[in-house]
Amino acid sequence: MRRAFVEGLADLADADDRIVLLTGDLGFSVVEGFARRHPKRFINVGVAEQNMVGVATGLAEAGFLPFTYSIATFSALRPFEFIRNGPVLHDLPVRIVGIGGGFEYGTAGYTHHAIDDLAVLRTLPRLIVLAPADPAQARAALLATWSRPEPIYYRLGKDEETLVPGLDGSFELGSLTKVRDGTDLAIIATGAIAAEAVAAATLLEGLSAEIHIAATISPIARRGLIDILSRHQTIATVEGHSEVGGLGSLVLEVAASRGLPNRVVVCGIPPAKAFRNGGERHLNASVGLTADRIAARIRKSMRALH
Amino acid sequence: MTVTRDASRIAEAAHLSPTEFARSIRRLVLEESKRANVGHIGSALSIADILAALYGTAVLRDGAGQSGERDRFILSKGHAALALYAALHLQGCLSREQLATYCRDDSLLGVHPDRALPGVDFTTGALGHGLSYGAGAALAGRMLGSDRRVFVLMSDAECNEGSVWEAAMFAAHHQLSNLVAIIDANGQQALGYTSEVLDLEPLAARWKAFGWEVEELPGHDVEVLAARFDSLPAPTGQPHVVVARTVFGRGVSYMEGQIKWHYLPMSEAEYEQALREVAEG
Repeated sequence: MRRAFVEGLADLADADDRIVLLTGDLGFSVVEGFARRHPKRFINVGVAEQNMVGVATGLAEAGFLPFTYSIATFSALRPFEFIRNGPVLHDLPVRIVGIGGGFEYGTAGYTHHAIDDLAVLRTLPRLIVLAPADPAQARAALLATWSRPEPIYYRLGKDEETLVPGLDGSFELGSLTKVRDGTDLAIIATGAIAAEAVAAATLLEGLSAEIHIAATISPIARRGLIDILSRHQTIATVEGHSEVGGLGSLVLEVAASRGLPNRVVVCGIPPAKAFRNGGERHLNASVGLTADRIAARIRKSMRALH
Repeated sequence: MTVTRDASRIAEAAHLSPTEFARSIRRLVLEESKRANVGHIGSALSIADILAALYGTAVLRDGAGQSGERDRFILSKGHAALALYAALHLQGCLSREQLATYCRDDSLLGVHPDRALPGVDFTTGALGHGLSYGAGAALAGRMLGSDRRVFVLMSDAECNEGSVWEAAMFAAHHQLSNLVAIIDANGQQALGYTSEVLDLEPLAARWKAFGWEVEELPGHDVEVLAARFDSLPAPTGQPHVVVARTVFGRGVSYMEGQIKWHYLPMSEAEYEQALREVAEG
């Protein structure tokens, strides 16, 4: 996802000299192409993410379109107050690019696991928060949003290969994308873990699941969500993110605010900091974020209902 | 409230000397903080002469104007915004009536400056942000081929913030010679003296070690400050920092060097005495 995104950005920068890429000294094998093609608009600011966002704010105020790049915990959480008081408060088109959602940095440990970025960033007004599901959608999201006036957070995965079946690189800001029809329940997934959610639907043994990809976390795709909540009693949300404050919370907020009596099965990362060491797959399995475990939770929930 | 730049409102600036400009800032700070019954008086008095050197002279090119090529000024120590509002009023950017909305409901003139107000490019209030904004603004100026300069006024205690030093390293590495930091070195912070809370000295040497061209100047000598600011950027290619040695609460004897005047509003008797002393000062 990240390579597709940065290559797309370099292409855009050919035609728009407002685009500047800042990195907090990360992006080995990802940012070099941009740096080679646009050396005067590529700046490695060093390991200093607060200053990176502050400098981007100053650049944006003068008319540039700065993209700040780092691992999601460092690009989003470390300078949170700079994002809040800078691009958000000043309403400037700074783009925060955060790499690796959930457990994508596996063995690197808790310091590198962005499991709370969506929760905190979606509190910020007018900040567009995006979590594409695969490389084609990441590129489409960039092309659809890069020149918008609002500040934007792009949460990008590291997987450059996996494509979500049925998604076909589609993206529309503020909308959900349906990738499969179904009649018994709906699954809504965001970010790179969406592929697991789609796989889970094939393991539901007689249950027919409608599947939607929620690449836009903020602004809320309210109309689409209400439509889904109105048509399906059971909703399963799937995210590589804390169960607190992310996609699941968002769906629950919309349901409760409309007085809708849905059952929402939130498949995310339980609030904990004592995760075992291990790779992404191992960590996802430890919290039930694999296709078979997601399917098992959904089946159990549906049984309990009837 | 709609605020527009109106040349007809230029009340006093035209015939004020820089020293009188500073005195007028102090008087307005006292008047408005008394009316609004708020504190931060000592912090605002501390920077009156620095602001007079920038706004009461021809130093800041089109300082309160709207042209893209104007010099930028960022009040990173946003809690002293009342002094900036006073300077903008004396420049003709704000009417006296608009200045009198300070801290009123629905006013654009809050305790900290808001970019919605003409003459303010960056909203501040959280310490440690302004120098990064300034570094970005200076870098943008260079990338755009503009000779605009960017002045960032910080407090000395603001240098407690790690982000200040991130920005300092960045500006030096990129040789942002169009960036000027001014440190209001009054030696005080909210709860104590900087030497007791978190010692900053040797402050000038620290900035020098970070790659900046450094000088210490008397922070209440308007003429000296203005002449130096006007001469910048220096040809060294480095960003420039002026450590302006100031006195907290300068101009009001009972406030000078007193921690409590970071927060306290004035009583009637204190107000009368303060006005008298500033008028005589």
